[in-house]
Amino acid sequence: MMLVILALLIWVVATAGNVWLANSVYAHSRTIKLLVPAIFGLTLLVMWELIVRGLEISFVILPPPSMIASRFASSIPILWADFVQTFLKGALSGYIIGCGAAFVLAVIVDRYDFLRRGLLPVGNFMAALPIVGTAPILVMWFGFDWQSKAAVVVVMVFFPVLVNTVAGLRDTSDMQRDLMRTYGASYSQTLIKLRIPAAMPFIFNGLKIATTLALIGAIVAEFFGSPTVGMGFRISTSVGQLALDMVWAEIVVAAIAGSAFYGAIALIEKGVTFWHPSQRT
Amino acid sequence: MGCVQGMMMRKALQQSLVPVLAVIAVIVAIWYIACVPMNSAWTAQQLERSGGTMTVTEHIADTWSQERPRLPSPHQVGAELWKSTIAMKPSSKRSLIYHGKITLTATMLGFAIGTGLGILLAVGIVHSRAMDMSVMPWAIVSQTIPIIAIAPMIIVVLYSIGVQGTLPKAIISAYLSFFPVVVGMVKGLRSPDAMQLDLLQTYHASKSQSFWKLRLPASMPYLFTSLKIGVAASLVGAIVGELPTGAVRGLGARLLSGSYYGQTVQIWSALFAAALLAAALVAIISLIERIVLKRMGVAA
Amino acid sequence: MTPCPTITARNLDLTFETNDGPVHALKDVALDINKGDFVSFIGPSGCGKTTFLRCIAGLETPTAGEISVNGMSPEDARRARAYGYVFQAAGLYPWRTIGGNIRLPLEIMGFSKTEQTERMKRVMNLVDLDGFERKFPWQLSGGMQQRASIARALAFDADILLMDEPFGALDEIVRDHLNEQLLHLWAQTNKTIGFVTHSIPEAVYLSTKIVVMSPRPGRITDVIDSPLPRERPLEIRDSAAFIEIAQRVRDGLRAGHDDA
Repeated sequence: MMLVILALLIWVVATAGNVWLANSVYAHSRTIKLLVPAIFGLTLLVMWELIVRGLEISFVILPPPSMIASRFASSIPILWADFVQTFLKGALSGYIIGCGAAFVLAVIVDRYDFLRRGLLPVGNFMAALPIVGTAPILVMWFGFDWQSKAAVVVVMVFFPVLVNTVAGLRDTSDMQRDLMRTYGASYSQTLIKLRIPAAMPFIFNGLKIATTLALIGAIVAEFFGSPTVGMGFRISTSVGQLALDMVWAEIVVAAIAGSAFYGAIALIEKGVTFWHPSQRT
Repeated sequence: MGCVQGMMMRKALQQSLVPVLAVIAVIVAIWYIACVPMNSAWTAQQLERSGGTMTVTEHIADTWSQERPRLPSPHQVGAELWKSTIAMKPSSKRSLIYHGKITLTATMLGFAIGTGLGILLAVGIVHSRAMDMSVMPWAIVSQTIPIIAIAPMIIVVLYSIGVQGTLPKAIISAYLSFFPVVVGMVKGLRSPDAMQLDLLQTYHASKSQSFWKLRLPASMPYLFTSLKIGVAASLVGAIVGELPTGAVRGLGARLLSGSYYGQTVQIWSALFAAALLAAALVAIISLIERIVLKRMGVAA
Repeated sequence: MTPCPTITARNLDLTFETNDGPVHALKDVALDINKGDFVSFIGPSGCGKTTFLRCIAGLETPTAGEISVNGMSPEDARRARAYGYVFQAAGLYPWRTIGGNIRLPLEIMGFSKTEQTERMKRVMNLVDLDGFERKFPWQLSGGMQQRASIARALAFDADILLMDEPFGALDEIVRDHLNEQLLHLWAQTNKTIGFVTHSIPEAVYLSTKIVVMSPRPGRITDVIDSPLPRERPLEIRDSAAFIEIAQRVRDGLRAGHDDA
C-alpha cells in the first residue's frame, strides 16, 4: 500500500513539475520540449512498477517494467532472430516491393486518364479495407515462411502509396504545365523535371503511412502461421504460455523497430523535400 | 441553382462510373483467368488418380468449381456470400450476418469509446500546455508503433480475470481508433488562423466561448477524416481480437477457422464480408460528413 | 518601311465551352505585330487579352480564323522555340536553385552543359541578379523571383517575349523599377514583346503600340501607335504627350464598357 501512495505522490510531483516547465520561460527550448514528455513517460513507468508491486498484482497478468527489462536483456538472441525474420525479411522486403510497384503503377495511371478515373476510386476503396484478412490466403499460397508475410505487406502498403502518389503527380498547377508546353517539353521530360519532384511531399506521406502498415502486416500475418521464429509467432506463443514479460519484450522491440523505421523515412523526406514549406517552418 | 448542381453531380458520376466499371470488369476477368493455372495442379492430380481424360474446356470448368481451390473463382465466392448471408437465417451459427454482427458490435463499441476519449484528450491537449508537451509527442510516436501486437495480450489478460466476449475486442478497437482521432482532432482544433483568434480576443471571448464558436466548428473536416481512418482501424482491431483465443464467433473467427480447416471459399467470403462491412461503415461516415458540412455551409 | 510582320492574326475567333454555356472569348480579332515592337494588351477582365496571348503561344486553339508567328503556325513556332513566356506568378521550382531554374528550359531543349552555364550567367546579368545562382526561390523577394522568371524566358534567345501581367502581384515601387529594367532590356536585346496588363500607365509607359480590348465578346476596340520616343525616363509619365495617350486608352476602355 505504501508503494501505491508513493506512486501517486510521484505522479503529483512530476505533473506539477511538468506544468511548471511547460509554462516557464524556457518552454520553447529544445531541451524542455524533450524533457517534458520524457518525464511524463518515465513517471508512467515508475507508477506502473510501484502499483503492480504495491497492489500485489500477479506478475503473470501484468509484469512490472523491471521484470520486462530483465527478460529483454536475457533474451537478446531470440529477440534479434525474431526481428530479422519479421522486420528485415518480411516487412522490409514487402515494403520495398509494394512501394516500388505502387509507384510504377501510379506513373502508368497518371499517363492514361481513363485508367486513373477507373483505378483511383477502386484504390481508395481498397486502401480502407481490412487487408490483414488476406493473411490466411497468402499464407496458403506462399507457405509459412517470410515470403507470405512479405506478400501481406505488399498488399497492405500498395494502395495507400498508390493513392498518395497519383494525388501528388496531379498536384502541379495548370500554369506549371503550360510553362512546360511553351518549352516544347515531352511527356517524360515534364514527368521527370516537374511532376515527380513536385509529387515528393505526397509520396513521402504515403511512404510514412506504409512503414506502420508494413510492420503491422508482418506481425499479424504471423498469427496465421509461421515457422518457429518471428515477432508475431513469439507473441502468440508467449501469450499461450502466459509468459507475458516476453510478450512485452517483443512489443518493445516492435516499438523501437516501428519508430526507427518511420524516423528513417522522415529523415530521408527532410533531405528530399527540403524546399517544401512544411519542412521550412 | 440546385438543377445545375444536380447536373454537374450526374456528369461527375458518369465520368467516373464508366471507367470504374471497366476497371472492375478487367479485374474480374483477370481473376477468372488466374484461377486456371492456380487450380490446375489439383485438377491434374485428380485426373491422374481417376485415370480419365478431360477436354480443355472441361479442365477449365473444373478449375472454376473445385471444392477446396487454391483460388476460388468469382462466382464461387459470390455464391458462398449469398448462401451465408441472404439465403440463411441470420441467427444461424454459419451465417455471415451473424458473425458480422458480432464483429460489428465490438467495432462500434470500441470506436465510440476511442473517439469519445480521443476528442476529450484532444481538447485537453489544445487547452493545457503541460498536457500538450507531455502527451502529444507520445501520441505521435504511438502511431509508428504496431499497436496491434498488443492485441493478443489484452485478450488473454482480460480473459484470465473473467472479462471475455465483446469487451476485450472493443478495448483493442478503442485503442486503435484513439490515436488517429487525437492527432486529427488536435490538428483541427488548432486550424483556425491567428487572424480568427485575434478577432475573438477583441470580443473578449472566454476560452470556452472560442472553443464552441470557433475551434470546434473549424475542426469538423479534420474530425471526419480521422473518423473514417478510425472506424476502419476499429474494424481491423475487432477482427484481430478474435484471433488469439481461437474465438468461434465473428468474422475474424471465420477467417481463422477457414484457414485451419483449409476451407478456402469460406476464407474468401469472410474476407469479402469484412470488406463490405468496412466500406459500408466508411460510406456511412462520409454521408454524415456531407450532411453536417453542408449544414455548416462548408463548400463541398 | 514596315517589314514583314512577325505575328499576324486574321478573323481570329475563340469560343470556350464551359459549364455555364459558351463563352465568346475572342471575336474577329485582326492584328499585325512587327519585329521589335513592344505591344501592350489592356482591358478589363474577360476581354480576351490573355486568351489572345495564349493563342500566339499555341496554348489555346482558335475556333476560327488564322494566326501566324514568324510565318509558321503557333505550334510550329513553339517547336522552333520562337518565344519565351512569362506568367503572372514566377512559377519557379522550389527544389531548384535560381541557377537551376534558369537552366530548366535549356536542359529540355538540349543545350550542352557549358552552353547552359554560359547562357545562365548572361541572362542573370541582364536582369541584375548576379550572385544569386545558388539561392533558392523562397530566399528571394517577389520582385527578384519575377526577374528570375524573365531571365528564364530569355535564356534560349527566342525572338519573341510574351508576358502575362508579370508585375501584377508586386507593389508599385518595385513595379516602377522593373518597368524601367524591362525597357532597358528591350533596348539591349531588341526582342518583339507582347505584354498583357491591367494598368494604363504601365501600358503607355512601356509600349510602342497599345491594343485596347473589351469583353463580351472579347474584341479589339482601339489600336494606338505610340508617338513617344524609344528612350523613356520615368519622368515621361508626367509629360503632356503621355497623358494624352493615357486619355485615349481610357476613352477606348470606356467605349468598350458602354458597348457591353
